[in-house]
Amino acid sequence: MIPDRPVRSCRPAGPAPEPCRSTACVFAIPPTEKRETPRHNKIARWLGSNPPISPHGLPPSSDRDSLAQISIFALASSPFGDLASLARSGAQGRALEDLAAALAMNPFSSGTRLRDMIRAIRACKTAAEERAVVRKECAAIRSAISENDQDYRHRNIAKLMFIHMLGYPTHFGQMECLKLIAASGFPEKRIGYLGLMLLLDERQEVLMLVTNSLKQDLNLSNQYIVGLALCALGNICSAEMARDLAPEVERLLLTRDPNIKKKAALCSIRIIRKVPDLAENFLSPAASLLKEKHHGVLIAGVQLCTDLCKVSADASNYLRKNCTEGLVRLLRDVSNSPYAPEYDIAGITDPFLHIRLLRLMRMLGQGDSDTSEYINDILAQVASKTESNKNAGNAILYECVETIMGIEATSGLRVLAINILGRFLSNRDNNIRYVALNMLMKAVAVDSQAVQRHRTTILECVKDSDASIRKRALELVFLLVNDTNVKPLTKELIDYLEVSDQDFKGDLTAKICLIVEKFSQEKKWYIDQMFKVLSLGGNFVKDDVWHALIVAISNAPDLQGYSVRSLYKAFQTSSEQVCLVRVTVWCIGEYGEMLVNNVGVLEVEEPMTVTESDAVDVLEACLTRYSSDIATRSMSLIALLKLSSRFPPTSERIKDIITVHKGSVALELQQRAIEFNSIIQRHQNIKSSLVERMPVLDESAYIGKRTSSSQANIVADKSSQPSSTATTLKFPNGVAKPPAAPLVDLLDLSADDTPVPSSTSNDFLHDLLGIGLTNSPSSGTAPSGGTDILMDLLSIGTPVQNDTAPKVVSSNQGFAPTTKPAPTTSQVMDLLDGLPSNGSLPGSQTPVYPSITAFESSTLRIMFSFTKQPEKPHVTEIHVTFVNLSSEAYTDFVFQAAVPKFVQLHLDPASSNQLAASGNGTITQTLTVTNSQHGQKALAMRVRMVYKVNNQDKSEQGQINNFPPGL
Amino acid sequence: MVRLYPNRCQLVGSAFISGFLISLVRSFIHFVILISRQGKVRLTKWYSPYQQKERSTVIRELSGLILTRGPKLCNFVEWKGFKVVYASLYFCICIDPDDNELEILEIIHHFVEILDRYFGSVCELDLIFNFHKAYYILDEILIAGELQESSKKTVARLIAAQDSLVETAKEETGSISNMISQAM
Repeated sequence: MIPDRPVRSCRPAGPAPEPCRSTACVFAIPPTEKRETPRHNKIARWLGSNPPISPHGLPPSSDRDSLAQISIFALASSPFGDLASLARSGAQGRALEDLAAALAMNPFSSGTRLRDMIRAIRACKTAAEERAVVRKECAAIRSAISENDQDYRHRNIAKLMFIHMLGYPTHFGQMECLKLIAASGFPEKRIGYLGLMLLLDERQEVLMLVTNSLKQDLNLSNQYIVGLALCALGNICSAEMARDLAPEVERLLLTRDPNIKKKAALCSIRIIRKVPDLAENFLSPAASLLKEKHHGVLIAGVQLCTDLCKVSADASNYLRKNCTEGLVRLLRDVSNSPYAPEYDIAGITDPFLHIRLLRLMRMLGQGDSDTSEYINDILAQVASKTESNKNAGNAILYECVETIMGIEATSGLRVLAINILGRFLSNRDNNIRYVALNMLMKAVAVDSQAVQRHRTTILECVKDSDASIRKRALELVFLLVNDTNVKPLTKELIDYLEVSDQDFKGDLTAKICLIVEKFSQEKKWYIDQMFKVLSLGGNFVKDDVWHALIVAISNAPDLQGYSVRSLYKAFQTSSEQVCLVRVTVWCIGEYGEMLVNNVGVLEVEEPMTVTESDAVDVLEACLTRYSSDIATRSMSLIALLKLSSRFPPTSERIKDIITVHKGSVALELQQRAIEFNSIIQRHQNIKSSLVERMPVLDESAYIGKRTSSSQANIVADKSSQPSSTATTLKFPNGVAKPPAAPLVDLLDLSADDTPVPSSTSNDFLHDLLGIGLTNSPSSGTAPSGGTDILMDLLSIGTPVQNDTAPKVVSSNQGFAPTTKPAPTTSQVMDLLDGLPSNGSLPGSQTPVYPSITAFESSTLRIMFSFTKQPEKPHVTEIHVTFVNLSSEAYTDFVFQAAVPKFVQLHLDPASSNQLAASGNGTITQTLTVTNSQHGQKALAMRVRMVYKVNNQDKSEQGQINNFPPGL
Repeated sequence: MVRLYPNRCQLVGSAFISGFLISLVRSFIHFVILISRQGKVRLTKWYSPYQQKERSTVIRELSGLILTRGPKLCNFVEWKGFKVVYASLYFCICIDPDDNELEILEIIHHFVEILDRYFGSVCELDLIFNFHKAYYILDEILIAGELQESSKKTVARLIAAQDSLVETAKEETGSISNMISQAM
């Protein structure tokens, strides 16, 4: 009987095993046979060293030789019939059957080996089957854990790792990893550390518990165990662990063994990334690593030095002074070295070391002309001598070019570098072209002229079949555009837009629009290009882009006729492009008579005749086509209303069209149709003044607003604050004309039913402010940011009613403090519905934070309200109110709170410790919170409430993450 | 009446703080993932902190992105402001946009060659049934998202030494239990 690992019957100590287990029979085959098994079977056997009986009974053929033992658990999972073949030992046959019968009762035996589990999982045909297998395994593992099973702990962890990889929760196994690590043997530790790195991450509290084991292992003499510990520490250590274990790692940096040394060096990198203050301790050991011969140690050492330079300027200075010479020598040696089979990749000795040395040189040479000069020669040598026919060589060249661009290199060296990129660009390998484009973007800043020379090649790359390359090339083209080449480049890009992939059209359109807007020297060119883009990629154009186009057209009286005619023509061919349709509809509504009467014909135009009913046809088509969205159809309705007063002969037809939509299922359209119908029928006397042409939209105000709203995402609070004060200032001299009676409804409608903005909520905010500004029609706000309805309202050209303005202002007031970190649209909408009615005056300094329900369970509710002294932004007073939701009174009520380290918490005594039932009384308590990282980190808190119900202890706990931003 | 646990606070604090630190602590390599052609995960290693949920999102998004790419395209995809370098059976490595993609490609080859030597022309099944071995090898190549060893021979030697350590330990326990069983 020679089992190759302990079976349960041989358990030396511990609780007495169940009777059936003690009768476990053990088969063995001579050890000689074992050696014949393939290597990885052997490895797997250690992990899952139960006998290799597959769940289907017969052992897999490759495993048959390794039938070293049968442990009871495998029996449980194998059908009895097959056991017969195993019960060769005769005498033990009956015991075996008894045993199997006993075990078959226990559905939770963790019987399967790792291999078998993997096989069973792979055999699953559906996700549901897989879930069932995993659930069963997890249940078995859980019960093994609760029984404190030691023999199979490593196997269970190995199984859990596999289950973890499939994406199932495995947190219950975390403690088992720690137990394995604490074991003394290498095999247990090896699996334990692997599990630790896989199943845990640095955020788990459990991780803190491993610090002690790590410390012990780091002090052992077995280099492999030390290596395991260093590896785990390097991969998942947290800041606390880094602090605790830094001295050990520092000591290990000085050991003789290269394996430990290199691991310690990489571990130090993690430590100084977590705790940059520790950098100086590692400085001199790191510098001494650069004198090593072993490549692994060198690579790790060079990386450590690079990271030291990143976190500390002192380190860069120190290394610059002491190591530059050594680095140059190292790089020269490695690049001149003869063939070294151990490190050779495609004829180059250790490209990894090359690249790391070059990277460190870049860190040292940055902004330091002496060092740059010193490394100039070696860089030139690497750049000119490295073979570029294989990837490894190109990787070195690429790094070398980056270093040349990064340091204060001589102009000759830079030319060399850009020439290398030029060669890369014409390479047939897509990878090389990709990195060349990438690098040229950095080179533009250094030497734009040299990059311009490759413009045609780069433009070709925009049309490449590879999306990654196209994207890079487009970015680069964008950087290369200037006043002289904008026209040919735009033409190329627009031509390509016609044939490009659908996926790429979005990016391409956005970039063309940016280029056209940024570099347009004349309005006509700008309008022409935009029309082309709209008719080719109108479905991808962003709202603010076509809004800007409308503002531009409205500001160019001599081009309005031309625009509306061009749009009319473009519409005939590309009526499926949403944004083109919208601009067309708007322009026909405004400038319809110019279309029909051929006003302001330019020389380049071909003459065309459009009748009044043709124009109405276009609008009717837009309104009735099923593919139009609500916004387009609403715009069409307004345009029709406008035309009805400009083209009297068509007014009957328009009236009919509008009447049809009185029954529209779309609420928005129905309401508009009803209102417009009543304007047409009952208010003929004011109709013509109502539907006058829009006042010229203020271009500079629109552009200013657009830029501020695009920056708003970054500094939301900063940009919204000034504009809100601007609104407040404008407000008093607001209303210019008395409001027109029929429109009152319309305005109310817009205030209630404002559609969800399609762009960012900040745009939306600005639009709201825009209403405030339109009180004086002369400064009529341009349409912007997605709220088409608002824009349409404005296009009617009537002043906003008086009482909406303060509403808007106050909503903005309540909104301002919450804008800081990316407010969601829903928040904005909530604010519009239930405005905070604290009545604070616009422009007052104290920010107001909404109260929150911090915690709610079926029995308890906790509300937080906040106050802040304006002069102390980092201190917040939180007034906590506790409400008992259950029907039992609570006594001895105690509230506890814990906060992250950067926050200080002070608790004042509570108002009482008795809490009456059913919300018939409250306890209040005040907390003072000081956030030392105010503005950078948000507040978070864990709370625990301990109380007694009918003299029974109860506790509840929770985590509060929904603090209003800015506390 | 109200007590605060300083020790507990620290514990909680660490859990919180590290959650917020995601954008601060960056490794050279953020993560290594191995996906099969069918989009099954064969190996994952995270060097920058990602929460469990983020991890599955990352895997889902990346496999969608990479598996749909045609042949002969370049081995880099841009994803959420990072770059992902992938090669042979979709070893994916995520790096910052200004890191050297070509070198990462070499690192992948380096890893694959070592696996190849270890398993003797590695195939997907090797990595499924001996996934832990693949992890052990990866741990000898990368630590903290940085390259550890450029010599394939050294890695092979270290892994072999540790494997034999495991074998020895196994035989020892085997002989002990053998003695016990004989004594019985």
